[in-house]
Amino acid sequence: MLAKIYITLKKDVLDPQGSVIANSLKSLGFNNIEDVRQGKYIEIKLDSENEESANKQINEMCEKLLANLVIEDYKVEID
Amino acid sequence: MKSHVIVFPGSNCDRDVAVAIKNISGHQPQMIWHKETSINQSDLIVVPGGFSYGDYLRCGAMASTSPIMQDVVKKAKEGVPVLGICNGFQILIESGLLDGALMRNSSLSFICRDILIKPKNQSSVFTKKTQVAKMPIAHNEGNFFVTSEQLKKIQDNDQIAFQYCDENGNVSEHSNPNGSLENIAGILNENKNVLGMMPHPERAAELAHGCEDGKTIFESILN
Repeated sequence: MLAKIYITLKKDVLDPQGSVIANSLKSLGFNNIEDVRQGKYIEIKLDSENEESANKQINEMCEKLLANLVIEDYKVEID
Repeated sequence: MKSHVIVFPGSNCDRDVAVAIKNISGHQPQMIWHKETSINQSDLIVVPGGFSYGDYLRCGAMASTSPIMQDVVKKAKEGVPVLGICNGFQILIESGLLDGALMRNSSLSFICRDILIKPKNQSSVFTKKTQVAKMPIAHNEGNFFVTSEQLKKIQDNDQIAFQYCDENGNVSEHSNPNGSLENIAGILNENKNVLGMMPHPERAAELAHGCEDGKTIFESILN
């Protein structure tokens, strides 16, 4: 099973890197940029009985290590 | 006086801390490799600065799962003074001993220069001897952040140890090097026996460093 994890800064946390990326894109002529938020993408292959148990385990991993819940949100997709 | 300095792969301020402790207390601290699982009776545990595990994932995240950290957390909860400096501060946050998060500096650049700090809590075991003090910072992720509820909690409980300030002790946006909320340079845990701080007192602890202001923090704990 493959888990795809998207980790992003929470909406109310300032993302200075995202702002700089937005400015760079604008300087390349992409003038319709409204906002850029950048984050991390992690893939984890795991041996799991079913999607439910994989999902439970991945959520535990995110809460214990992969994401910092003070500043970050995460989203999990399981294939 | 028994003190211990934790060493992770990528720590680079461990020996500087050991020299400062030896010079100030006269006792040689014991260096503890991160794979060890317990620390003997200790009067001070220091989690030093550096780039543990190459700052993979988030600064301090990997180190917080090292075997020795379980005992550091246990000792901290028993009341042993624990000091985390720079990457050590990041590790203590990732270990859950301190509130908040240390984000990328608002300028997006690594900052390495002298700054000034002053204690907000003036009675803790770490801060009671320090006035406005000069010492260096050297970090890329020192931008302290907490949720507004957590900020209120640490303010109400007098957990703000140090704030960045100017020569007159004024805490202002101008004296904030990295975007930290409320100019926070260091915080304490609820019981005030754990301190995390971004500035490096061990790099301002003898005349050869050009400044000795950092000594006050070690003197406060060790004497």
